[in-house]
Amino acid sequence: MPAPPAPAFCLRLLQRQLVLALRRPAGIANPLLFFAMVVALFPLGLGPDPKLLAGFAPGILWIIALLASLLTSDTVFRSDFDDGSIEQLLLAPQPLYFSVLAYVGAHWLVTGVLLALASPLFGLMLGLPAVALPALFASLLLGTAVLSLVGGIGAALTVGLKRGGVLISLLILPLYMPVLIFGSSAVRAAVQGFPVAPQLAILGAMLCLAIVLSPFAIAAALKISVDA
Amino acid sequence: MYFEDIHSLLAMDGHGAFVWAAYGLSLLVVALLLILPLRRRKRLLREIDGEVRRSNPPIASQQEGA
Amino acid sequence: MWTFFHKLGSPPWLYSISGSILRYLVPLTILALACGAVWGLLFTAPDFRQGNSYRIIYIHVPAAVVALAGYYVMATAGAISLIWKMKMADIAMKCCAPVGAALTFISLVTGSIWGKPTWGTWWVWDARITSMLVLLFLYLGVMALYEAFDNKEAAGKACAVLSIVGMVNIPIIYKSVDWWYSLHQPASIKFTGESSIHASMLYPLLLMIASFYALFACSLLMNMRAEILHRERRAGWVRKLLQGPGSQL
Repeated sequence: MPAPPAPAFCLRLLQRQLVLALRRPAGIANPLLFFAMVVALFPLGLGPDPKLLAGFAPGILWIIALLASLLTSDTVFRSDFDDGSIEQLLLAPQPLYFSVLAYVGAHWLVTGVLLALASPLFGLMLGLPAVALPALFASLLLGTAVLSLVGGIGAALTVGLKRGGVLISLLILPLYMPVLIFGSSAVRAAVQGFPVAPQLAILGAMLCLAIVLSPFAIAAALKISVDA
Repeated sequence: MYFEDIHSLLAMDGHGAFVWAAYGLSLLVVALLLILPLRRRKRLLREIDGEVRRSNPPIASQQEGA
Repeated sequence: MWTFFHKLGSPPWLYSISGSILRYLVPLTILALACGAVWGLLFTAPDFRQGNSYRIIYIHVPAAVVALAGYYVMATAGAISLIWKMKMADIAMKCCAPVGAALTFISLVTGSIWGKPTWGTWWVWDARITSMLVLLFLYLGVMALYEAFDNKEAAGKACAVLSIVGMVNIPIIYKSVDWWYSLHQPASIKFTGESSIHASMLYPLLLMIASFYALFACSLLMNMRAEILHRERRAGWVRKLLQGPGSQL
């Protein structure tokens, strides 16, 4: 049987990851539950004053989404690394660059997109004005894709380690900061009635850069982890 | 020299504590930057020397005798 | 050129040549640091706005400049070790991290001490301080990743990848932190531009920057010598070194 061409291979890989994720609905629901619970913590910590909460809401929502994405990025390659699928992938004739993109894309679809879809609800709970909700959704949609790509680098670097959990956050949180800055600023701009296009454009530019460069780093890191 | 005497140098018009604290801390870190690798190298040399003596005593004793 | 490159990859050669370089470089560095510090502390006029507290600039700015440059040195060494599988580049990359982190720490602490008399508070979320804090996190991340691996060869490669990723990200992080700060900048805090610095203050600053570069080189080479010994402890040349006439015990 001839090897399938790279695009078909990647689509099949993406499909496989999604099917695997759908078989464990709890795994998909966990980041959303985490999001909801941490949103509930903020009024308890900051006080229930709606004005105060609405002022902090863009930053709060963005930080929680970032942490939710971080918590799950550890698992992107973990199970496939443990059962040897990653090793097979390294030997496959298809370019690793695109296979890795399929893994990261699946992670984005089951965390980032869902977080973005759920975020308007939590935005309303924190008193975010309705005009800012489209900006929140759009910035999260673009931003979490960058977070998934960068998180994939951390996941690939630490996948061979037994205790990678805390380490991965040390490695990639500094790299998340630009996304947080522009993402939360887009939402804040929308609240104040300013145009949000510049911030979204910068997030889009970051996404382009991350799509082009991070698969190289992820592929190199996976090779190192398999060799170790 | 800008300062008239040692007291004005130490006081620096009220900013002395900050300036000297900053310089003192930096001196400490710079000293550590230079001393720690030196000590590590000396310790390694001692350890390797000990390993050599333990692993092949006859050769070592021959050389000492020679 | 290529023979030089090959020699660089040889542990005994690097060990001995760095030893003879350090014999002159370390005293020179200490002398230059002392001269620069005395010049800055005693022989310059105080700033007309900040008074004497500005004298911290002579360690704060050089430490920050060299800490940032150190990250690029580390990432370059990491790239060389990944591309040409050069062991000495791997050692250089590993040894850059603690030195760079220490310099970042100096610049953060002195910046914070400088902030107290100037702004009235120990810590301000100013663009430069925040960027330096992120740089410290990047350095600590590399060190933590190296420690987490049991297989030190893989650790070196993984850290090389991480430091290259960090190098690509540093300009993005700096630009976004700058932009973020300009968005939130409170009107009460104003900065004296460093371009308007007077020549009498500039020369000691340049001397200090040069000596901090030399300090970085000294500490890096000393760390590398220790690391070379650690990795080559079973090698014949190390044993010869101990039995040789110039044994350095």
